[in-house]
Amino acid sequence: MIRVQTEDFHLQTEYEALQQSGHSGAIVTFIGSVRDFTGLGTTEDNATFRLDHYPGMTEKVLEKIELQAKARWDLIATTIIHRVGELKAGDQIVLVGASSRHRKNAFEACEFMMDILKTQAPFWKKEGHHWVDAKESDNEAANRWLID
Amino acid sequence: MSNQAPHYTLLYFASLGEQLGTQSETLKCEEGPETVGELISLLTKRGESWEPLLAPTTKVAVNQTIANRETTISAGDEIAFFPPVTGG
Repeated sequence: MIRVQTEDFHLQTEYEALQQSGHSGAIVTFIGSVRDFTGLGTTEDNATFRLDHYPGMTEKVLEKIELQAKARWDLIATTIIHRVGELKAGDQIVLVGASSRHRKNAFEACEFMMDILKTQAPFWKKEGHHWVDAKESDNEAANRWLID
Repeated sequence: MSNQAPHYTLLYFASLGEQLGTQSETLKCEEGPETVGELISLLTKRGESWEPLLAPTTKVAVNQTIANRETTISAGDEIAFFPPVTGG
């Protein structure tokens, strides 16, 4: 299941959805949130955080990431939720989750989905007036899935 | 449609859209570009401010699928240009 939305999400709700999708034995979830990019402890009015995306393509890419994870690991269900629009420091941005009969599959699938999302899904972060630069370490994290 | 010039929907996202001063346009031309590379050549003739399209880091998608300079395009296609992604 994938969702792109402006509103917040709730871990308990998404966890229960994964739990109810079948007898799993292992559920792993990951949540990414907005860092305090101002360094002042709070975001100022002129330092809003925004997430832009490419409507249509974003959903296609996220669906493909889920399919790839399910092809690679023995999974029962997966979840990818990503927020867009204006957010503030501490707000939740992204949730990925996977359920499986064994924990290793669920852990690895979550890492895979995040690593690929960060380098393939058309989202862009803007901190204040500054567009966030892509990181080489994110490319390296994604590339390791090509090797093994 | 036969009386209309071929048209392409062009999209420019994030920092690239800001640099170019536009986020979308409909390009109409009688002799349409046949590849992404030809489209970029056409657009960069507009002036220096369009040179970010030539940057090796600039990504392109044709009809919402990642493409490259050699990808063929035809009338009615949606072609998007954007910087490296930074979600998650």
